[in-house]
Amino acid sequence: MATQVVMPKLSPTMEEGQLARWLKKEGDKVSMGEPLAEIDTDKATMEMQALSNGVLRKILIQEGESAPLGQPIAIIGDPDEDISELVKTAGAAKPAKAEAAPEQAPESDAVPAVEAKPAAAETSKPAPAISGNGQQVPAATGGRVLISPIAARMASDAGIDFKTIQGSGPGGRIVKRDIETAISEKEKAPATKSAVGRLTLPRRGEKGAVYQPSAYRDEPASEMRRTIAKRLVTSLGPIPHFFLTSEIDMERAADTRRSINELYPDLKLSINDLIIKVAAVSLIQHPQVNASFQDKTVRYYEHADIGVAVATENGLITPIVRAADAKSLIDIATEVRELAERARARKLKPEEYLGATFSISNLGMFGIEEFTAVINPPEGAILAVGAMAPKAVARDGQVVVRQTMRVTMSCDHRVIDGATGAKFLQTFKQIMENPLYLFLD
Amino acid sequence: MAVMTMRDALNQALKEELARDDSVFLMGEEVAEYQGAYKVTRGLLEEFGPKRVIDTPITELGFAGLGVGAAMVGLRPIVEFMTFNFSILATDQIINSAAKMRYMSGGQFKMPIVFRGPNGSAYQVSSQHSQALESWFAYFPGIKVVMPSTPADAKGLLKSAIRDDDPVIFLEQERMYGMKGEVPEDEDFTIPLGVADIKREGTDATIIARSLMVPTALQAAEQLEKEGVSCEVIDPRTIRPLDIKTIVESVKKTNRAVVCEESHPFASVGAEISAEITERAFDYLDAPVKRVSGVDVPMPYAKNLEQLAIPDVAAIVAAVKEVSYL
Repeated sequence: MATQVVMPKLSPTMEEGQLARWLKKEGDKVSMGEPLAEIDTDKATMEMQALSNGVLRKILIQEGESAPLGQPIAIIGDPDEDISELVKTAGAAKPAKAEAAPEQAPESDAVPAVEAKPAAAETSKPAPAISGNGQQVPAATGGRVLISPIAARMASDAGIDFKTIQGSGPGGRIVKRDIETAISEKEKAPATKSAVGRLTLPRRGEKGAVYQPSAYRDEPASEMRRTIAKRLVTSLGPIPHFFLTSEIDMERAADTRRSINELYPDLKLSINDLIIKVAAVSLIQHPQVNASFQDKTVRYYEHADIGVAVATENGLITPIVRAADAKSLIDIATEVRELAERARARKLKPEEYLGATFSISNLGMFGIEEFTAVINPPEGAILAVGAMAPKAVARDGQVVVRQTMRVTMSCDHRVIDGATGAKFLQTFKQIMENPLYLFLD
Repeated sequence: MAVMTMRDALNQALKEELARDDSVFLMGEEVAEYQGAYKVTRGLLEEFGPKRVIDTPITELGFAGLGVGAAMVGLRPIVEFMTFNFSILATDQIINSAAKMRYMSGGQFKMPIVFRGPNGSAYQVSSQHSQALESWFAYFPGIKVVMPSTPADAKGLLKSAIRDDDPVIFLEQERMYGMKGEVPEDEDFTIPLGVADIKREGTDATIIARSLMVPTALQAAEQLEKEGVSCEVIDPRTIRPLDIKTIVESVKKTNRAVVCEESHPFASVGAEISAEITERAFDYLDAPVKRVSGVDVPMPYAKNLEQLAIPDVAAIVAAVKEVSYL
């Protein structure tokens, strides 16, 4: 069966490649593993090898031309096979999605092998999940993952997400040995971890020392991790973020929290619960911030549904405190604790984590002073909360030690302008610095 | 055990069964006076006489029909076709009478008849005389089809075929009559029909081969072993009933299957085995089942082209490498 040869990913950061030299002519016989062309990547000139046997029927890009990853660059097939359909689809073919061409580069490939004849010979051995070669995608696959039945079964038994593995079979088919490699990589992983304790420094300056790019291992991304990636890439890419930082005097907030916890020892109110309430109240005062850009419209929300970022073993999830503006601190504290528990147990229902109007991410417990968070679309903003810590500050011309906390708001500039965001943050700071305001509205 | 040719092993089986059971008799073209076109029936006329070893006219349909009638009334005929290419003339008796008789008579008639002779390619006998016809006969319910690949199998299976109460197509191979091997001399040595034999054990790929393809596959396996690929070679020996279980068990172990046959590829026994493997061991396959068949053309007369039309060691090696992604 004729297959399209696509521009391979030859370095981890490569996005397109320039065809330096074809090593085969149209009509030449090629066999699997044989060098087909030399490709200039962003890093070096690399050889790409054929992944199927046959005849190089058609060259689709000429020497000196560039093609993005995944774009068909040649067709390999039987000498007399009809390839007109493949040529046609090659013209129309879009480059493979990032998902279809996962970042995979073997250690040997990570060494920029300029005119890398020996390195190429090495990679021509079946070294599947770590093959730096391009996938040759049969025209009809349309984004489907090609995998042999036994490979699929072994992957599922071993808990390996085969979508992250690059196949070494014809047309990029994932075959048994690819999974075997992935399994042995996976088994090696814990050993790597325990080795961290006895890090040895490279002996710099030693004569003849070769500093290779670091070794690495690939672990399959969980569904959750991939969802996070997908969601957040749709954010910083298309969303014009800007960031506003404010330092907040937390003395009174800390006092307030302490006083409330004295009244209700079981409540265990946290500073974060207080931040949720203050943010919600501030949002109601600044509806332009409690908003979402909807392509042709801007959506303003009546209530402040606050997404609270919770770190779980599997990754980030943001359960939502609905209408936090209308809820008491007791309600918020109770609800957040209950939601966080279920989030860690992975027992949240979709409606409990989808559709917030504003989010809060707090890394204070990790000692982070300040950071910027990525907006969770379609929300208009997210507040990144740093650690509360005593700090020397100037008050009335005197240097005094105060509990302070820095917050940074990421804003979607399509709905929130600088001044709008700043005014919101001003209100937030005002209430936070004097929580008594909470009792006045 | 004695070492003997497949020709002599077949002769021994015939001799033992003729001696064992008076109802067994042999007929065919040149089987008696001429001692058989390929000398499989050598000495039988002398030992058992003209009533039990009978030369027939060149009338395949006629003597096949005679055999069917004889079987219906309690004899156990062995009908030799000089080659199975001539059985084409007799297919009405084989398919319409022999295969159907037990069923259509509601079990009143048994059909203990054996049709035997060489099948497949020989040496430059061209298109009409080089055909592998096993898929024709295997197609029909009611017939058993046997294809031995060693002298011992030939003897043990032919004896079982003669003792069987159903019609058996027993396909020999002209190129293999001179092949030698150890053969048990025990008069009660038989090999049950429907049981495959693992001719070579291996772990990386399963080669399913029959008749002439078995020695070819074994040579291919030997060559592949040197290259680090361990092949299991399975000889079904009986095409109908097919011991698919042994084949599937092997494929589950190796995850790869190559089916070799001399016959044309289209609608062949190899196609059937391939389909069975896919149905029964799909989840265990690492590559599509690969068939290595005779070329899909009438057999050429020219020696060089004839060689190209029959699967050879190189073709099997290439197929195993293909399913192993090497």
